[in-house]
Amino acid sequence: MIPPTATPAATRITRPPGALVIEIEGVTKLYKMGAETIHALRGVSLKIHRNEYLAIMGPSGSGKSTLMNMLGCLDTPTAGRYEFNRKNVATMGDDELADIRNREIGFVFQTFNLLPRSDALHNVELPLIYAGLGKSGRLDKARRALENVGLGQRMGHKPNELSGGQRQRVAIARALVNDPSIILADEPTGNLDSKTGEEIMALFEQLYAQGNTIIVVTHEEDIARHARRIVRLRDGLIESDKPVE
Amino acid sequence: MLIREILRLAFSSLAANKLRSALTVLGIAVGVFSVIGVMTFINGMRDSIETGLNVLGANSFQITKFPPINFSDPGTRFRNRRDINYPMADRFKELMADSAKVSLQINRGGMTVNVRDRKTNPNVRLIGTDENYITAFNFDVAAGRNLGADDVEFGRPVCLLGDDVATKVFPGEEALGQLVRINGQNYTVVGLLARKGTSFGNNPDNTVVTPITRFLATYGRSFRSINLNVQASNQTELPATQERAVGMMRLVRALAPEDPNDFETFSNESLIDAFNSIADIVAAGALVISAIALLASGVGVMNIMLVSVTERTKEIGIRKSIGARKRSILLQFLSEAVALSLIGGVAGVAIGVTGGNLVAFLLNTAVTFPWLWTGIGLAVCGGIGVGFGLYPAWKAASLDPIEALRYE
Repeated sequence: MIPPTATPAATRITRPPGALVIEIEGVTKLYKMGAETIHALRGVSLKIHRNEYLAIMGPSGSGKSTLMNMLGCLDTPTAGRYEFNRKNVATMGDDELADIRNREIGFVFQTFNLLPRSDALHNVELPLIYAGLGKSGRLDKARRALENVGLGQRMGHKPNELSGGQRQRVAIARALVNDPSIILADEPTGNLDSKTGEEIMALFEQLYAQGNTIIVVTHEEDIARHARRIVRLRDGLIESDKPVE
Repeated sequence: MLIREILRLAFSSLAANKLRSALTVLGIAVGVFSVIGVMTFINGMRDSIETGLNVLGANSFQITKFPPINFSDPGTRFRNRRDINYPMADRFKELMADSAKVSLQINRGGMTVNVRDRKTNPNVRLIGTDENYITAFNFDVAAGRNLGADDVEFGRPVCLLGDDVATKVFPGEEALGQLVRINGQNYTVVGLLARKGTSFGNNPDNTVVTPITRFLATYGRSFRSINLNVQASNQTELPATQERAVGMMRLVRALAPEDPNDFETFSNESLIDAFNSIADIVAAGALVISAIALLASGVGVMNIMLVSVTERTKEIGIRKSIGARKRSILLQFLSEAVALSLIGGVAGVAIGVTGGNLVAFLLNTAVTFPWLWTGIGLAVCGGIGVGFGLYPAWKAASLDPIEALRYE
């Protein structure tokens, strides 16, 4: 267990919320599993502003993965309204969703999800390729992103030549490289030991301080307490939505 | 997504599975090889045919007992025909004298030419013919004189030597006026034929030319059928001459009006046509075989691409999660399939052109590069890549990103 004091209160700044980034209202999601229909989300409403650091918590089966996929534009709601930067996402096609994922969202996954055959630099460069950036511009931005997460010396290494913490830093650099509106982290410390996990959370703290908007999905109370606001889900509904003292 | 990135990606993932890629490429290469190899060889043959098969002189055609090329009819049908004997041939020549030059020709291979202690291999062709032989078969007299009508009339023991024979038995010596001995008979050399060069394994320089009357006196009048070469005065006269020749031939053969011709007429053009029709059949066969081979290898490409898509489901999920559009994924896998096919195609063309030309070289025909078939081959390979790569690529592009990310 990591004591909550691992992040000294003195360095813990809270930035005033900016413009509305995400607004969902009455969102439901149904899955058909054979004859059975599963209500993953039963009407969730949520507003997330720029400069927020939000944790979404909930036990397994609470619908937090579904919510995260929806926030990340990997999935669309069955019913309800979802606006991302004031644009209606619920009715978007595959290509438009892909563009939103590319430009507005930076994913950080529990299992890092790096391309195993590509080195760190290429992994970070990848979103910029899909964004259609030229080679020199891509490499510049990718190098800066890797330096920002403290991996300036490891750019030529492949994922299997990096430690778990380093891999997650590469993944975070990849999430940051296209200057997204939000960073969406799904159990970012789930595959790391507690010390490395704490380092990654410190990195998130630093990124937040630099002006990024961060959403962390987790079931760990200690990880969630790094955020400024915690949304708790249960059975497809928001149970509570409170700032962290 | 930039085309260069897509190509780089395609080649790097092919390189990551070298053996698998190589085997698929091999399948395509075999299919392309078979068509390119055969087409290269046939092209070489055609080129040689245009020049090499030009054995007959211009504006000329030939009348023989047997057809020059026969695949369809039973040989017995021709074997039972009467030979064209000397009286018939001589009469025919007389009848045609005012409209065309006729050359009688009969030959026998496997002869040895002896001059004192020197002799040739027993593979010299002895040709019994007349004064028109030279023009009928495009020969030039290098030294001395041609056979004369009187040589034929009186059956004089004279001869002209082919270039190979002359250099063999008279190396650096004056051959004219000398005696050569063939099968126990002496002939006086009156002329030397200019070198013509080998074509189709036929060596027109390894011959001895002698009056047909002398030949028949030695080897028997009823020995074999005589070939007749008819040369029209010019190109426009050729059809009329041919028609007239058929009529005269029927006359000397004493055929009743209802009898079919019991002889064959053919010209350079008809020989080339005959070859071309065979070449077309071979080419069609090669095409069918190639089509089947390419179909099979196309299935191989599809199979390998499906395996690749399944293996890389997670990668596809990652790419989609960071913003790859459907089209980017589709192009990535499609270009991989097309790259596989095209590499196979290029390899097949290389082996095919080399192989086809090697065979052509061994058969002394022209060395060629079949541009048209190379183009067609590569286009078909590209088509195979697209055709058989489309479904796997579409499958990859349509994967649900959430499912794909969860795939282990």
